[in-house]
Amino acid sequence: MSEFGFTPNEMMTIAASRALGNDDVCFVGIGAPSAACNVARLTHAPDITLIYESGTIGTAPDVLPLSIGDGELCETAVTTVAVPEMFRYWLQGGRISIGFLGAAQLDKFGNINTTVIGDYFHPKTRLPGGGGAPEIATSSKEVYITMAQSKRGMVEKIDFFTSFGHGEGGDHRQRLGIDTAGPTLLITDLAIWRPDPATKEFTVVSLHPGVTRQQVQESCGWVVKFAEALDETPAPSELELKTLRDLQARTKAAHEGAGKGKAA
Amino acid sequence: MMVKFLPLNQAVAENLNDGDAVAFEGFTHLIPTAAAHEAIRQGFRDLTLIRMTPDLIYDQMIGMGMAKKIVFSYVGNPGVGLLRRARDAIENGFPRSIEVEEHSHAGMANAYEAGAAGLPCAVFRGYRGAGLAMVNPNIKTVSCPFTGEVLAAVPSIRPDVTFIHAQKADKKGNVLVEGIIGIQKEAVLAAKRAVVTVEEVVDNFDDLHPNLTVLPRWTIAAISVVPGGSHPSYAHGYYARDNAAYLEWDEIAADRERFQVWMQANVLEKSADDFAARVEHLRKAA
Repeated sequence: MSEFGFTPNEMMTIAASRALGNDDVCFVGIGAPSAACNVARLTHAPDITLIYESGTIGTAPDVLPLSIGDGELCETAVTTVAVPEMFRYWLQGGRISIGFLGAAQLDKFGNINTTVIGDYFHPKTRLPGGGGAPEIATSSKEVYITMAQSKRGMVEKIDFFTSFGHGEGGDHRQRLGIDTAGPTLLITDLAIWRPDPATKEFTVVSLHPGVTRQQVQESCGWVVKFAEALDETPAPSELELKTLRDLQARTKAAHEGAGKGKAA
Repeated sequence: MMVKFLPLNQAVAENLNDGDAVAFEGFTHLIPTAAAHEAIRQGFRDLTLIRMTPDLIYDQMIGMGMAKKIVFSYVGNPGVGLLRRARDAIENGFPRSIEVEEHSHAGMANAYEAGAAGLPCAVFRGYRGAGLAMVNPNIKTVSCPFTGEVLAAVPSIRPDVTFIHAQKADKKGNVLVEGIIGIQKEAVLAAKRAVVTVEEVVDNFDDLHPNLTVLPRWTIAAISVVPGGSHPSYAHGYYARDNAAYLEWDEIAADRERFQVWMQANVLEKSADDFAARVEHLRKAA
């Protein structure tokens, strides 16, 4: 806990939750995106539609799912559809306003690698791979990304293009015939970033309370660009913090104590 | 073809062969763990293992040296991290090197659907800008003959045999799947033959909603009744996902010897009858 009464990760999740609105239809990646989406639902966006790739549409879990297919997602969903339908009608069909992704490796143009570290055919580390992300990144109307900053994670050059962001920047998406906006927001534990309108390079537009430019640069593998008018992210409110902490406490209890109480 | 109710060891022996392309499907929910463990006990070799989310059972089969190839779209332990036996095979060729055919979820889902639909390939809007299209020769493109749009094409998936777990069968052998239905129906209809493990058999399905996912008995080769047969995955309406077991697997699979010891004690020396006890603490309070 910092002197501010919240951790960088809490600030990240809460800042990400604020970017979501009541009318959004959000395709939720597991991990940090899932926490942010559910905090949004439990605070300012009670009617947001959360969709997980297991086919659960309009889900409202009481605890964060460990996997994208936990039973509670289905039990609380408006409807649950088959996986082919999920990807064909709902994602490819253009029904998703925001695809919310995490990343193992990210470059400054919002390209994501969750496939391999090293060469694809002789990987140093074989990561899980893309799952739904390659099409979430191109078929959602826009993409938000959230991850904690590190030099290993935020790199000049990613080892594999699991999900296409802005490619080499500029109009690279349009040149490939991709008509969706791609990554429009990056929220880290230190800052909020938006792509430059022309180059599409992620640019810091807001620093979280107490964070310096130097800290952002020291935990990022590329030379960071900062907006001229740099904002300070508003600190988490009491309600936001309490909502997140309660959610995480319920989640921890449920995952560790399988079969006890509400977990079943 | 008429469905047969068989003990699981017989259903697996009659339907799986060395060298088969086999899908043990289940999208987090209803994973056919008992069937996979039976296949491990019977020691099949040179399998092509197909599954969107290979998960623990393929980690186990790969670790036991049964796979010559895997076809997948997410080779992780959902919500936990990496699959360590699969990693060992891909990174170090241990216990044997395996061929990898990797897709996205959209690619696999479309390919199963095309298989069920009797088509040679699936066409969809996918893999745009994605590195997989560069490393997987089975990802190609076609142009729409009407608009000219360039679309992705992948070959349909047609397994020799598909194994799934489902909630229940009726006495005739019709099968009900509900909850997160994943890719179960497509994987069954895409395969040459299908084996289903179920939680229970009921007299009939007369009181069910007319639009539920029911696989008619003539689409299935064999049914085995294995209560708890999905553990540590779950069966909606019967028992919850054993998230603690998924977390524990990460440690077991991290070490080659510990993995072997665990497999010996929990798979090789056990049978399908042992699954019911594993889910007792996960059953919903009545």
